[in-house]
Amino acid sequence: MYKTVDEKDLNYLSSIIPSERIFYGEGVSEDYAHDELGGISRKPDVLINVLSTDEVSRIMKYANDNNIPVVARGSGTDLVGAAVALEGGIMICTKLMNHILELDENNLTVTVEPGVLLMELQAYVEERDFFYPPDPGEKSATIGGNISTNAGGMRAVKYGVTRDYVRGLTVVMPNGDIEHFGSKCVKNSSGYDIKDLIIGSEGTLCIITEAILKLIPKPLESVSMLLPFVSMEKAIEVVPELIRSKASLTAIEYMSLDTIISAENYLGKKFPDTNYEAYILLTFDGNSKEELEKEYSKVADMCIKMGAIDGYFVDTDERKKSVWNARGAFLEAIKASTDEMDECDVVVPKSRVADFIKYTHEVAQKVDIRIPSFGHAGDGNLHVYICRDSMDENTWKRKLNEAFDLLYEKAREYEGHVSGEHGIGYAKKQYLSLQVGEGQMKLMRDLKKVFDPGNILNPGKLV
Amino acid sequence: MNIIVCIKQVPGSTHVNVDPDTGTLIRDGASAKMNPYDLNALELAFGLKEKYGGTLKVVSMGPPSALEVIREAIYMGADEGILISDRKFGGADVLATSYTLCSGIKAAGDYDLIITGKQTTDGDTAQVGSELAEHLSIPHMAYVKELEIVEDRVKFVSNMDEKIITATLKMPCLICADGDINTPRLPSFKRKKEYGDCKDKIKIITFNDVEDKDEYHYGLKGSATQVEKIFEPDKESERMVIDSGDLSLQMYELLKERKFV
Repeated sequence: MYKTVDEKDLNYLSSIIPSERIFYGEGVSEDYAHDELGGISRKPDVLINVLSTDEVSRIMKYANDNNIPVVARGSGTDLVGAAVALEGGIMICTKLMNHILELDENNLTVTVEPGVLLMELQAYVEERDFFYPPDPGEKSATIGGNISTNAGGMRAVKYGVTRDYVRGLTVVMPNGDIEHFGSKCVKNSSGYDIKDLIIGSEGTLCIITEAILKLIPKPLESVSMLLPFVSMEKAIEVVPELIRSKASLTAIEYMSLDTIISAENYLGKKFPDTNYEAYILLTFDGNSKEELEKEYSKVADMCIKMGAIDGYFVDTDERKKSVWNARGAFLEAIKASTDEMDECDVVVPKSRVADFIKYTHEVAQKVDIRIPSFGHAGDGNLHVYICRDSMDENTWKRKLNEAFDLLYEKAREYEGHVSGEHGIGYAKKQYLSLQVGEGQMKLMRDLKKVFDPGNILNPGKLV
Repeated sequence: MNIIVCIKQVPGSTHVNVDPDTGTLIRDGASAKMNPYDLNALELAFGLKEKYGGTLKVVSMGPPSALEVIREAIYMGADEGILISDRKFGGADVLATSYTLCSGIKAAGDYDLIITGKQTTDGDTAQVGSELAEHLSIPHMAYVKELEIVEDRVKFVSNMDEKIITATLKMPCLICADGDINTPRLPSFKRKKEYGDCKDKIKIITFNDVEDKDEYHYGLKGSATQVEKIFEPDKESERMVIDSGDLSLQMYELLKERKFV
């Protein structure tokens, strides 16, 4: 049993953090009781907006000594309950730790506090002709959150995921100790790579208070192409061919017409084309227009031979905005189109992605439930949303479980993983243990004990 | 029905640098694109063409590089294009630009309807469309968001901020489309492949082709205004924190004082 935050604890916390950054009881906004999906909710006893590593360290030490659970939170955009204080206690919010500390042009790194938003970081580096490739759809997520879930995003096809761009981390351990893992160095063969273990650990091992991120020079040219198809089958048939084509693609996104229509309704903005059932959206980037033209011409010819109606150019800021804004809003749009929804963020080997998309349609028919789908077809990560629409509670729960069981079972059969980028949190724990087995679960639990023997950091999540 | 849409090539980015010494735009290496407001005009025209048939021609005035935006309009679905281009036309202000467009359009043949964008993102005057109509002596309407053809007239809905005007104009006439009234379609790879550089679809009109040969009606010489200097305005960022009292009331009073509400 954990200790509930009381008067004495508050007095101590107020002695180390100015009281205007501490919220207690009724003073904690409902927004901090749930994440973006809202699958589970509970308010923390106390919410603290922190400003520095030192503050986090002092709070952690006190919490550890007094058996008070602690959850770190950024923008709260997660979908699996990872940022919800299931056991109450202290919530450490990093949104005020939002400074870009250093752009190191000699080492091609940027050092940031965890509360910097992805969109702020991208704009900052791109203005200076650098590029931070990870590009999850939720641009208002914090970098701390992105690191904690090893977020992936649209450009993973070519550039990889968040883990590939984290060089170093400053963290606060559960006992309050401050540790630095990794550095600005490119290479490191010096012992266990604890930094990589922390990435994706969803705030269960330590709290990230600073990150050194790797940058690359910004590609000079980038163009997207929207390819319409008469059916979902026709669209996804080209995906394996695109992967085999060796084309230098940055993104391969699949989207169905019903998802696009939801985005139109949600944003109140028309998509440039809604005449066909399914679309593939590709992005190419490089350093010359000629190089890109060669690439996209080869790919577009191939896709048209395989059934694409055409290839529409998405080449200016306005056009990119009209297409990518819709793509970025799919999650919120589907959420707004139904009474309730739950998500499945499975990832399968690239060679299996077409089969998996087809399978989601089979599941939708079999369970008789609406499953609009879209996803990062080029890296095998699908975002499958199960919609409640107007079902009664019992039917919804039954059908949701049935659909999830089928989808996760198929992902296991294809040697995929439970989550590609959203994480395990609270909501996907049962499916993680089914996928990795007791041996790996025990290893993970043992690791958690080494870091956090008192189990005060984000209890009830992941392991 | 023959529709003409006027288009312009503008700098590709909104972040254009100005040489602080000379006050001129630094265009070296800067990418170019079609004026975004012209895309709304084009989409309005595509809708009319789909509904009523006819031809859709785009007209642009500019250097040879402006051929790129004409080709782009053809890849989007325009039937043909006209580039009005001559060194004598360079350096034109609103007056000379609209007069040159008028001369070029007269030389290009018949039309029923001309559609322009609301304004350009580089010049930003929002006057060329209306002045062009005056030079052509045809009726016109600005800020149009919807259009339909009723016999020999154009029925329009115009958004004049404080009121919506619905009325008709007898063709031939000119319409300035409002911004953000539609989502323009995208250029087609298939059409790009089929038409390539669009050589057979684009006509170039030079000073030799226009009827009025008075050089003082065109370009810098024909301009009533001369630009002395372009400079970036000083950036002012004001931050105000209101943290006590009735926040919403104070915010409202402030917005009212600054005439935002």
